[in-house]
Amino acid sequence: MLNAVGVLGLGGLVGTVALGLGTTPPDQVQGELVRMIYIHPPLAWTAYLAFAVTGLFSALYLWKRQPRSDQIAASSAEVGVVLCTLTLVTGSLWGRPTWGVWWTWDARLTTTALLLALFAGYLALRRVVVDPVARAKRSAVLALVAVADIPLVHFSVKLWRTLHQQPTLLRPDPQIAGIQAWTLLLGFASLTLLYVWLTGRRARLEALVHLDESRALELAVASR
Amino acid sequence: MLREAFVVAAKDLRIEARSHVGRTQVVPFALVVVVLFGLALDPDRGLLTRAAPGLLWVTVLLTALLATQRSLALESADRAVDQLRVSGIDPAAVFLGKAAALSVQLLVVVTALAVGVVVLYGAVLASPLLLIASALVATAGLALAGTLYGAVAAGLRVRETLVPLLVLPVVAPVLLGATRAWEAGVGLAVSDGWPWLRLLVAFMVVFAAAGVMAFGPLLEDA
Repeated sequence: MLNAVGVLGLGGLVGTVALGLGTTPPDQVQGELVRMIYIHPPLAWTAYLAFAVTGLFSALYLWKRQPRSDQIAASSAEVGVVLCTLTLVTGSLWGRPTWGVWWTWDARLTTTALLLALFAGYLALRRVVVDPVARAKRSAVLALVAVADIPLVHFSVKLWRTLHQQPTLLRPDPQIAGIQAWTLLLGFASLTLLYVWLTGRRARLEALVHLDESRALELAVASR
Repeated sequence: MLREAFVVAAKDLRIEARSHVGRTQVVPFALVVVVLFGLALDPDRGLLTRAAPGLLWVTVLLTALLATQRSLALESADRAVDQLRVSGIDPAAVFLGKAAALSVQLLVVVTALAVGVVVLYGAVLASPLLLIASALVATAGLALAGTLYGAVAAGLRVRETLVPLLVLPVVAPVLLGATRAWEAGVGLAVSDGWPWLRLLVAFMVVFAAAGVMAFGPLLEDA
């Protein structure tokens, strides 16, 4: 089941690349540069989704205290950090020719960068706490506080300055249509599937590590 | 609960007052940073005066990290946290008390720094009410976030390096809000400073609520 999701995601990604680089026409204003739209917004969406899932399962962990929730939260954060880094890299590559700068202190850029820093901290914390229960509890609190902090960060930077282009697709009169819109949607769908696949695989691995740890403890107790 | 919080805050402040670390190390550290900024940026007064609010609040942030580490060390030394835990004091009160004590220390630092930037950078404290209100709320926000993250990292060997990594990105809104409010307060910005105060209040409320809810579970295995 999970592998089917992975195959679909990878296939969709190949399709997105083929359509995005080949079939779709260049843009009137941006020319060939518009092709970044098929990869950058889907990456950003999956990164935000990943962190939202981490927040959700962290809350679930604090409520029910099931190791499974913690494993999913951690896996989602790991995948999210990778996706968020890719978002910033592709955005930077796109920004240089279109805006003339690699980086600008825009609300969304700054929020995304701080989001990456917050979850990099989350992963750093997970690495140094050894006891699984303490690790789960502390990192769940950390993830929830990070999620609560995001609106404050976003609002503060927005009050400060904004340059990023406004949404293209999700608005009453979409600014994109035809094959371009379908390619973009395919990009969103395949990256979401890839995210689910990667997180699922990672969570399974985490569950196995957990199992291994508890077995090792049992063996150690039995051998005494 | 407030009375218990007050007891915890008084305990922390009493220890700080008797150890003299705040007065002889933390405040001088903050002032040294202010002098160093003067060396790093051209001592051309125009630049320093314009950057004064930002430099002041970056310094407060750095000092807050030191003060947070101090506040944590009080509990981890001799496992004092165990006594706190079995004392029957509500964990939420412990959180609020420790944050209040930290906040008072940070306010002292802000006051010293304000004098520093007036004297060294030539800043003018144009609207004191805005400056005082934003300093109160911003230091409270910093103290709450620092105390909460301190508990998250409590008892870890790598605490000294981990706490800054965790705290600094989170308090970015405080840096932004307090700096903009102070820019308006020292008459540098044409824009209104009060919307930034609302942001600082929102930050403070979010972190107070988060800490009150999370401190119990965190204290269990601190």
